[in-house]
Amino acid sequence: MHDIALRAAGLQKRFGGLLAVSDVSIDIRAGEIHAVIGPNGAGKSTLINLLAGELLPTSGEVLLNGVDITSLSPDRRARAGLGRAYQKTTLFAQFSVHENVRLAAQARSTAPLRMFGGTRCDRPYLQLVTDAIDRVGLSARSQIIADKLSHGEQRQLEIAMVLATNPQVILLDEPLAGMGPSEARGIIGLIASLKADRALLVVEHDMDAVFELADRLTVMQDGRVIATGLPQDVRVDPGVRAAYLGADGGIA
Amino acid sequence: MSMPNLRVRLFGIACLAMAIALPFCVSTYYTQFFAKALIMGMLAMSLNLVVGHGGLVSLCHAAFFGLAGYVLALLSPRYDAASLLTTLPIAILCSGTAALLIGALVLRTRGVYFIMVTLAFGEMLFFFFHDTKFAGGSDGISINIRPEIAIAGSQLLDLDKPMTFYFVVLGFLVGVIALLTMVVRSPFGRALAAARDNERRARSLGFPIFRLRLTAFTLSGALAGVAGYLAAAQFGFVAPQMLGWHQSATILVMVLIGGLRSVTGPLVGALVLIGMEEVLKAHLDNWKLAEGLIIIGIVILLPNGVRQIWSMVFGASPQRAAEIKPAAAEARHA
Ligand SMILES: Nc1ncnc2c1ncn2[C@@H]1O[C@H](COP(=O)(O)OP(=O)(O)OP(=O)(O)O)[C@@H](O)[C@H]1O
Ligand SMILES: [Mg+2]
Repeated sequence: MHDIALRAAGLQKRFGGLLAVSDVSIDIRAGEIHAVIGPNGAGKSTLINLLAGELLPTSGEVLLNGVDITSLSPDRRARAGLGRAYQKTTLFAQFSVHENVRLAAQARSTAPLRMFGGTRCDRPYLQLVTDAIDRVGLSARSQIIADKLSHGEQRQLEIAMVLATNPQVILLDEPLAGMGPSEARGIIGLIASLKADRALLVVEHDMDAVFELADRLTVMQDGRVIATGLPQDVRVDPGVRAAYLGADGGIA
Repeated sequence: MSMPNLRVRLFGIACLAMAIALPFCVSTYYTQFFAKALIMGMLAMSLNLVVGHGGLVSLCHAAFFGLAGYVLALLSPRYDAASLLTTLPIAILCSGTAALLIGALVLRTRGVYFIMVTLAFGEMLFFFFHDTKFAGGSDGISINIRPEIAIAGSQLLDLDKPMTFYFVVLGFLVGVIALLTMVVRSPFGRALAAARDNERRARSLGFPIFRLRLTAFTLSGALAGVAGYLAAAQFGFVAPQMLGWHQSATILVMVLIGGLRSVTGPLVGALVLIGMEEVLKAHLDNWKLAEGLIIIGIVILLPNGVRQIWSMVFGASPQRAAEIKPAAAEARHA
């Protein structure tokens, strides 16, 4: 496996007159959690969408394990080992928790579009499904329709679906937003446990969680990277302090 | 097997038994009438793969239906019977190919645009047969002799006998129901429904949405071809109206009446609509007006289709119960 699992070089995204992401380069290494922080509208979600293929960059390129994937569609990227969770919960709202996660596992199974046979006969991936539901703590709720879950539970389900696709590279957009403190604890532990054999990019506003999880930290503002490096170095960066202390001073 | 599942199966077997007994109990007129109704049911079920399961409202379904009819008409010798065993596969292939080609273009659009583009392609095929002379133009063409089911010159089934024709239709209908049930329950069917529920999420999980929908669209068109072939064989006549948007809309109404979420719902919808037309036609001069009012009534009172009566009569399925309970809890909360 390549040391740098996902690399973005010179990414730029323009929405009309607005440069939402401007000349962003970022390396996400296997075995590491790379946190991205920044004030609202900094371009964090846009960056994730560029990496996941939901948006095409105006310029720049994205490499997965050294292979150029800049022009691949989101589904091709997913099949190449990229998994993502959305900031705004994006689920199969009419389906049960179990079916949501099962579909995620199905997408990465050996015959995802098989036209015969039910969905119950595939033992190996059904185990993956129960494990993923277990790990986010939703086992007691697995038969509930996703629409009827609380907001926090929907966030947990969002993560279970990423787990079930068993990706090499995981992109999480504010995974803790809307969760209660005890669920958040569980999910922080879970995210930390994922990095063993994977590369993670985590966008998060909760600074305690960020400093607990991050092996590497990138700060964005107005579409640009204003600092990147080890968390302890970035924390004392004068530019970052200026950007944050003005707002809420929460970083120190 | 769970209890509701068993009940559904018993109900299905009872329906089949009734369908088998039917031609022995009614006049030839009604045997033909029900054969026609079952063909339309088959057509509506084929459309529902795209509309109900795929979430794509298509207005060109009749084009695939009519195309297969024209294939039979054009392949039928003037003074001899065409062989069903060779012409039916050709008709299915033509409808399927047309669906594949049209699907490859229309499935790049979404929502209202999708409806408009399917409508445009359907009308294109309509005018192709309407305005060119090779297939009879606006007058259509007749099939003088019904196709025959024969192997090595000896006839196996005589499709001229209404009862035989009815059972052939019933056989195809059972086959189509079995095929659609298998597809809907398969991983493919679940992925298709997932893409209907949330296309973005389905794509980001790795499902190739375009290929998924194109496959469903093609299969749906091919099955419409089976219905179109049988309809043409029954009437002995094809005309451009068979492909028109009016026909497409009628099929869509059958699907809506029967309900979008099941395989056989549209079959029920077709039987209800065609049965209703038959009764109204016999008793009213303004039967179209009455029919319109009744359809509006059905859609308002039973938004999930006539099939909802099933759960009203026999109680909710366990999955529904799970859905309803939290909803009720929330309602109390509010
Ligand atoms: N599809 C779009 N079209 C036009 N502008 C967009 C679009 N998506 C995002 N933007 C703009 O790009 C900028 C960056 O948005 P983005 O969602 O990436 O910020 P963010 O860092 O994720 O913010 P937050 O912390 O609030 O989630 C914002 O000004 C936003 O309004
Ligand atoms: Mg965001």
